[in-house]
Amino acid sequence: MRWLLIVWMLWAGPALAVQPDEILSDPRLEERARDLSRGLRCLVCRNENIDDSNAELARDLRLLVRERLVAGDTNDEVLAFVVSRYGEYVLLNPTKGGSNMILYYAGPGMLLLALLIGGLYLRTRAKAAPRGSERLSADEAERLKQIMGE
Amino acid sequence: MVAELGHFTLILGFLVSLMVMIIPLVGAYQRWPGWMRFADVGSNALFLLTATAFGALTYAFVMSDFSLKLVWLNSHTAKPMLYKITGVWGNHEGSMLLWVLILTLFGAMAAWFGTGLPPTLKARILAVQAAITAAFMAFVLFTSNPFLRLDPAPLNGKDLNPLLQDPGLAFHPPFLYLGYVGLSMAFSFAVGALIEGRVDAAWGRWVRPWTLAAWICLTIGIGLGSWWAYYELGWGGFWFWDPVENASFMPWLLAVALLHSAIVVEKRESLKSWTVLLAIIAFSFSLLGAFITRSGIITSVHAFATDPERGVFLLLIMGVFTGGGLVLYAARASVMEAKGVFGMVSRESALVMNNILLAVAAFIVFIGTMWPLFSEMFFDRKLSVGAPWFNAAFTPIMVLLGVILPLGAMLPWKRGLLARVGGQLRLALMLALAVGALFWATQTGRSALGPVGLFLGAWLIAGSFTDLVSRTRKGEVLSRLRRLPRADWGKAVAHAGLGVTMAGIAGMMAWKQEDIRVLKAGEQFDIAGYTIVLNGVNQVQGPNYLSTMGDVSLLKDGRDIATLHPEKRVYPVAGMPTTEAAIDIGFFRDVYVVVGDAQDDGGWAFRSYYKPLANWIWGGAILMALGGALSLSDRRYRVAAGARNAATTQQPVAAE
Repeated sequence: MRWLLIVWMLWAGPALAVQPDEILSDPRLEERARDLSRGLRCLVCRNENIDDSNAELARDLRLLVRERLVAGDTNDEVLAFVVSRYGEYVLLNPTKGGSNMILYYAGPGMLLLALLIGGLYLRTRAKAAPRGSERLSADEAERLKQIMGE
Repeated sequence: MVAELGHFTLILGFLVSLMVMIIPLVGAYQRWPGWMRFADVGSNALFLLTATAFGALTYAFVMSDFSLKLVWLNSHTAKPMLYKITGVWGNHEGSMLLWVLILTLFGAMAAWFGTGLPPTLKARILAVQAAITAAFMAFVLFTSNPFLRLDPAPLNGKDLNPLLQDPGLAFHPPFLYLGYVGLSMAFSFAVGALIEGRVDAAWGRWVRPWTLAAWICLTIGIGLGSWWAYYELGWGGFWFWDPVENASFMPWLLAVALLHSAIVVEKRESLKSWTVLLAIIAFSFSLLGAFITRSGIITSVHAFATDPERGVFLLLIMGVFTGGGLVLYAARASVMEAKGVFGMVSRESALVMNNILLAVAAFIVFIGTMWPLFSEMFFDRKLSVGAPWFNAAFTPIMVLLGVILPLGAMLPWKRGLLARVGGQLRLALMLALAVGALFWATQTGRSALGPVGLFLGAWLIAGSFTDLVSRTRKGEVLSRLRRLPRADWGKAVAHAGLGVTMAGIAGMMAWKQEDIRVLKAGEQFDIAGYTIVLNGVNQVQGPNYLSTMGDVSLLKDGRDIATLHPEKRVYPVAGMPTTEAAIDIGFFRDVYVVVGDAQDDGGWAFRSYYKPLANWIWGGAILMALGGALSLSDRRYRVAAGARNAATTQQPVAAE
């Protein structure tokens, strides 16, 4: 159902993402501009970065990023400038501050927790005394035989 | 008239589903065989009624009956027949009807193939399946009725969204729904077994083929969607971590986990409690996916059906089934006592690790998808979580999974020695390291992504091969390979497929090249050792669109190797443009060209890409699905055939 995202994207205009006339003559600056614009959200699109977007607004943002880079800003300064104008909604990679700590640590935290629980479970299984029920019980074996058609 | 028939059978189906939901449950509780058997008849009737309703809607689309509002909104007489048919599910109402149709199809299949199940369990499973069906039929009838009429009927329709008029996308939704809805079977089996109070090895064996079938369809569905995005969107992206994509990816990850844990239940009678929980959660994520897609809550800018009423209804369905399943689980978890004993280093523990990694991966996708919503609700921060975050958070888990997979796949049950397995895999590891090192040495970029991905790919493929060969003896490798169970082949093929996909993703992301420029007719340029010549740009008339078509020659070492026709189409009825990239597909690379807007100086904006290993991404997905199909066709899973035999072999037993 990905087409939903496209529907909107194409409504915004037929132009295709980065246009030849936008590209900076300095390849190193252009490279940085591309990297930055992959992390910036096209505000009128659905979950799309400005590098891929066809919207007019995305083009304006791409030009803005390039303008700042040409003016000598560092990458962080460019991002800070864009955020000051459009809010943190524009960042596709959210900042690590404040409540976003939850976002960043939930995954690793969950992994540690799962490893702990899994480790404890494995220990109980390794220590459990082998029981008579290791093998299938008679009626279980019979049922299995029926299912297997043997 | 036909539409009314469909409407009527759908209403009738809703009433029947309520009956199938209640009568067999009572029958199973009271041990009344007649009442239990009603589940079979009822499930078949449900399927026939829903199929009639779906057939009626399809008929309306094929006949271009614009007195139906849905047909008017989504079809047009000039549309090719294929897209008239696929237009049935190219919209919210029709796709929900397809969803219900698949629910009843799975119910009916469980009735057909489940003859080996204990009658009480079967009755309960079918009743749970009917309960899900009832909920979604109510949803269709009360909030998304596809059979609403228009008076007076318009002369022609508004045309299906042009982006959906594409073979790749036409069959993307049905496969996806087969996958989503197929997981309802796992859910019904889990809840049925919880009501029954019995989860044993046989249950693991019964639930696995359904999960496998659902997972195969989900894999194909996601693969088709990704492939479509690649060639249609005009820049060759294949995965965007969009909430709607994540909605399909989370059930996929959980289905993989469920497939593996069900093996432990089947072979070792352990992990039962976890597997049942996983079955409930996996289907809950399917429901969550339906909710995300159709309520538009996460991407409020626009969505399939941004309708609060529908959203609330779906949330209710999700709450009832997830909540109900979990409550039942909490009440009954104690009946599922683990039996198998195994060491810390064993196949079982490797499969536990597999489940941990896959569940955590699904959780990461979940938190990233939902975080913008949570953050706005609880912290009043409006923010985005996009591809950069997902790539950084998700990739390490997958790398870890890839590293341990070949080792775990070869560990013996109960107790194993890592050193022994490591010894068997020594050659595979050396090969994989050599591949990684080779690409590390030859690449000029700074990213470790490419070499690591190719190392993992080679490690998984060589590891799968080693696993197969280790089951043979010297001297008779080939004859033994041929006689290995299909499940062993399925396992190796699916695992190798994962390796192929990993290598493809890494190779494409690490080494793709891009060129954007203005090109006039007759001009040429070089990219990644290829020469691209724009011969000209023409206007072409299609059946229901106008096309601006480029004529491009692709040359390698001065030799003409392909002629490409990138297009820009405009669909006048829908008033929408689309891009049709032209791709020269190769085993090791794709060359991808897109024609853009006309420039003032008479040239055309022209984008071209060199995409190494692009097709490995979908090739791997095909291998994974193929592996699943091989495993599904293994003789011990042919429960249907087995059941029929069981009926015949049962007779002498009964005669005794």
